[in-house]
Amino acid sequence: MNKNSWILYIGILVFGLVAPFIFPAFKVQLSILCVLIVLATTWNIQGGEMGYNTFGNILFYGLGMYLCASVQVGMFFPLAEWTESGGEKTFVHTPSQFFQGMAAGLVVAAVVPTIVAGLIGYAILGLRGHYFAICTLGLGVAAGEISGGIEIIGAGQGFTTPPFPNIGGLEARGEFFYFLSFGALVLTFIAVRAIYTTRFRLILNAIRDNEDKAEAMGIETMKYKITGWMISAFFCGLAGGIMGGLVGYIDSTDVAFDGREMGVFMVLMAILGGKGTLWGPIIGATLFHFFKEGFWTFFLGWQYVALGVLIVVIVIYFPEGLMGWLREKYPERFGEVVDEADRKAQVELK
Amino acid sequence: MDFLVFQYPMITIQACLDGLLLGILFALIAYGMALQWGVMNIINIAQGDLVILGGYIAYFMYLYGIHPAWGVIVSPIIMYFVGIAIYKLVINKVVDRDLFISILATFGISILFMQLMNFAFGADVVLANSGYGTTMLFDNNVVLPNSKIFSAFISIVFAICLVVYMKRSKLGRAIRATAQNARAAKILGVDTEKVYAATFGINAALCGVAGALISITFTIHPYMGLPYTIRSFMIVIVAGLGNLPGVAMSGMGLGIFEEFADYILGTEFRIGSVFLLLVLILVYRRFKLSKKREYLK
Repeated sequence: MNKNSWILYIGILVFGLVAPFIFPAFKVQLSILCVLIVLATTWNIQGGEMGYNTFGNILFYGLGMYLCASVQVGMFFPLAEWTESGGEKTFVHTPSQFFQGMAAGLVVAAVVPTIVAGLIGYAILGLRGHYFAICTLGLGVAAGEISGGIEIIGAGQGFTTPPFPNIGGLEARGEFFYFLSFGALVLTFIAVRAIYTTRFRLILNAIRDNEDKAEAMGIETMKYKITGWMISAFFCGLAGGIMGGLVGYIDSTDVAFDGREMGVFMVLMAILGGKGTLWGPIIGATLFHFFKEGFWTFFLGWQYVALGVLIVVIVIYFPEGLMGWLREKYPERFGEVVDEADRKAQVELK
Repeated sequence: MDFLVFQYPMITIQACLDGLLLGILFALIAYGMALQWGVMNIINIAQGDLVILGGYIAYFMYLYGIHPAWGVIVSPIIMYFVGIAIYKLVINKVVDRDLFISILATFGISILFMQLMNFAFGADVVLANSGYGTTMLFDNNVVLPNSKIFSAFISIVFAICLVVYMKRSKLGRAIRATAQNARAAKILGVDTEKVYAATFGINAALCGVAGALISITFTIHPYMGLPYTIRSFMIVIVAGLGNLPGVAMSGMGLGIFEEFADYILGTEFRIGSVFLLLVLILVYRRFKLSKKREYLK
């Protein structure tokens, strides 16, 4: 790591810490952006580095969301009565109960999806290519449909997460969730960056490039695939838990297991930025968030139409994403050695 | 959970017959999916949305006073051109690319269609009433709407017509040749671009027929597309590409499974059980193949 990148990291960190005070009106948007970056970065571990294009990370996100809220409520009050009462607040969390519940909830929300990923990983990750993609798509939708039929977590009518305690009002709520999600983002970034400097990333890349050969070279691919998926699940669950508290309301198919929105968003963000790179998903998520908010503001009602068109355009015209495009344009900046004569010859050919 | 369905034989028969008739419809959609998958190597997530769009065409005929059964003639004709348009705009750019690209691109089309239909036709669950009445069997214990029987019959007719067309016509031969080896077909003078467009159009037309039948028999809603895609995908992977009797059989099997899941688990778990079944089938096949150190390709 050279001096420039340290300056960059510290600059971003400082910006992240002061951002909610500079843009106080955009706290919720910034928190959502952090969650989106976490999701895109963790999707990239599968889709970009490992070559397993999953629509199923939404499963862990939704699971984390439900678990966090359930633990937060269930620690102090009977869960069934809470969901029964719906929007009417018969139980009120005191501030200490709220924060304790949130902390415990986030731990559970991160750990349980990791275990789930480990358990189903052996079965699911044996599938390859589009079978894996469709299978995980099915998994996500099935989870949404099934959780929509379970009474104790609100079934079809949804689950209201505990409201933020009455200290400092909306400002404090926004700051709390912003710093929570920003913390998750920093944690994810450090973890992913650390992973990407190890042999683990090379193994994931080997699996992406040719799994049979990787196996023939003596790599226990299944072990690494499951580990990679568990890492994703950990951060997806965490992000889900935070998002549940931020949104304040959990619905099985529209918020938690929202394969049509969040499940596609994370894929799209990673592809837009450039999959298989560290910074690609981050840039992609930031750009995408701007696009999305623009659509939601200016094309209200038509946002899904715009989204559908955006997906098609990105997939057809920018399958390598922004980083891929930059890489093609400035290969030296990415550590590739370019022969000057060769490059000139290529330009002439064009 | 309740197992009432097994205690009364009449309910069992009812579920089986319902499932059978429903499954024939699924098989028709799956046939279209198998066709485009085999020929173009594309998995079309928007398949279900094409079905729903076809259904709305029949529904609109019904609204304007034409009997919705004519939808099975009109809907495929319109859908054929819709299919060609989708091919020209999007699919021809993803045909020889990575399969995931095609999945994602068609996912985009699916979202687009869903929302456009939502704007155009509203978010209500609608049904085109055919007024065909019902058939009573076994001392009035088993009730079968005639529209279901009609739709199963029409599906079979269309499937047979298509099989014959594929076997006999020039275009059918070209499609089969392209499916076997696109490059060799090109060398021998087949315009593969045209074949691809026609294949996608035929697939969309099949979806149109199925959609028109669904709008008569069941209900349609703009967001109901994805389950149909998943069902047809499931039927195709169980049957295998190019195995038409297999597609018919597994379609009916899926229909019966769904009816029983509906009775046993309750209607709210019906779609969930379909998706879960897909996961289970894939995992089962994966373990079966991994014994031979192979994987699903």
